[in-house]
Amino acid sequence: MNQLIPFFVITPLLAAFLIVVTGKFVKNLDQYFASFILLFLTCISFIFLFTTGENLLVYKTGGWEAIHHIPIGIYLVMDGFTAIMVCIINLIGFLSVFYSVSYIKKFTSGNYYYALFCLMVAGMNGVVISGDLFNIFVFLEISVISSYALVAFGVGKNELEASFKYQVLGALASCFILFGIGFLYWKTKTLNIADVRVVLLEAYDQRFFFFVQILLLCGFGLKAAIIPFHAWLPDAHSSAPSPVSAMLSGVLIKAVGIYVIIRLFFNLFVPTETISVLITTLGTLSMLFGVFLAIGQWDIKRLLAYHSISQMGYVIMSAGIGMILIARNVKPEVATLAIAGGVFHLINHAAFKGLLFLNAGAIEHATGTRDLKRMGGLASPMPVTSATSFAASLSISGIPPFNGFFSKLIIIIAAILGKFYLLAVLAIVVSIITLASFLKFQRYAFFNKGEPGFRKHIKEVPFSMQFSMIVLAVICLLLSLLAIPAVRDAILSPAVHILTDPLKYSSIITGQKL
Amino acid sequence: MTAFILCFILFLTGFFGILTKRNLIKIAVSLSIMEISIFLFFALIGYVEGGVAPIVDPAVPDQLVVDPLPQALVLTAIVIGLATTAMLMAVIIRLYRKYGTFDIREINNLKG
Repeated sequence: MNQLIPFFVITPLLAAFLIVVTGKFVKNLDQYFASFILLFLTCISFIFLFTTGENLLVYKTGGWEAIHHIPIGIYLVMDGFTAIMVCIINLIGFLSVFYSVSYIKKFTSGNYYYALFCLMVAGMNGVVISGDLFNIFVFLEISVISSYALVAFGVGKNELEASFKYQVLGALASCFILFGIGFLYWKTKTLNIADVRVVLLEAYDQRFFFFVQILLLCGFGLKAAIIPFHAWLPDAHSSAPSPVSAMLSGVLIKAVGIYVIIRLFFNLFVPTETISVLITTLGTLSMLFGVFLAIGQWDIKRLLAYHSISQMGYVIMSAGIGMILIARNVKPEVATLAIAGGVFHLINHAAFKGLLFLNAGAIEHATGTRDLKRMGGLASPMPVTSATSFAASLSISGIPPFNGFFSKLIIIIAAILGKFYLLAVLAIVVSIITLASFLKFQRYAFFNKGEPGFRKHIKEVPFSMQFSMIVLAVICLLLSLLAIPAVRDAILSPAVHILTDPLKYSSIITGQKL
Repeated sequence: MTAFILCFILFLTGFFGILTKRNLIKIAVSLSIMEISIFLFFALIGYVEGGVAPIVDPAVPDQLVVDPLPQALVLTAIVIGLATTAMLMAVIIRLYRKYGTFDIREINNLKG
């Protein structure tokens, strides 16, 4: 089984290369090839999701075995949390590529688009499966450099400006990350996440590592667009082609931002009270300000982009609550619940935000505008788009029986049980404002009368776009099954256990008894 | 220690450039300066006082050598830095064609 792990990186890299080489000679091969490769990866990732369980699979690149329990090769690790992340990445990736088959026709040089897309997926898969800090940096750069190019794919004024902002802030973030990794290596002389934890157990210089934590939090926070570092996100996500926005918002900020933050602060550093309070505060601020910035937007994709910041705030906040409780060493079951809520919301957000961006793309494709004030009455000419976006809107605002309700409920219950009453109230308030904002979106886009003559030549979008949207809407409903205890134990619990039990993670990877 | 302080000053120079410069090219140059200061930092943490290049000589097995791993990391990071700079420059050239200026104050279509 662990021989399959490197395929998550190798296959999309090879696909990107082949698409560029053959794309010029064979027509339309690129889109089917990219879809096929991502479908294949989705299948393997689901096999991993159902078989990994509480296990931890390690693949040692090049066959370098550890010497005296010190890992020397690059380790690729597959555990419960990683299995969930690769599923999200490849599934949303496949649906976005399949959606692009119709959507991307209006751009020239489609084969470069599919090649960059595969490269981005390869980078994200690499980030989540690698168990080595520097490797995370390398794969992160692969995925973000291809996303810079994809944001600028339209080469209009807005796209280039957004891409420039994104690149400057992204390069700044990479500098911080590299600086932090340098400091960690200086002190511990190792880069393997599990091994760093072993070294830190022996000697933990709190002030030095606080500085490193701040550097890494700044770096990955910029990638994840937590509130003081969010400036690039609305521009980049609204200017990119819609399937790419779905990838950026649904997957990229999670895989290279939130995932790495959660992984580092649970499995690499020893949680301290100061840094966990800081993380919770940043999460709460993102949650609040994201939604306030979103409420005044009239551009659909900008509105959705600001909601991404707000929803990611929920994830960071609940992970932070778990971290505070672990640092205080009280109520381990509430910490587990909070982290489970965070991971659950992470999965749900990928589904509904991916779907909402695909809906926005469908509306833009059919009407040629993104301005809510200029549309109206799209419900009758575009029934599929209307129905799926209604499902996604209910999901994101937390209305049962959709998935968003259950994850928000778990987060709020965890906050109350952990005696963080203010955070629970804020989470409820933000959820209500989100509902208001999405009712506005539904009303102006689909149910208003709109300008006369606006609806005349509007048709429903082609099959491939409809297919992706319907599949995601069904997933939104199905994900609420994760709230059932039996399903939760099979899928969510392994991910949470690996985060709350860093010693198990370290001891299996390094082969040492701790 | 002096080397570390000088390296940090180089880092701050780059950071200052990104924050204050108005010209797109100058921002790109500041980013490169910042990256280079970090490469220098990596080379410094691998340095051992009086160490030689890490090539094992069977005749002298117990030689003091510098840490080769940061050097390998720096090589990788330099290649990545090159890719970032090339991408940034490509976008700057396209921006100049669209807007006809390098001034960042005049490139402000996106707001809100």
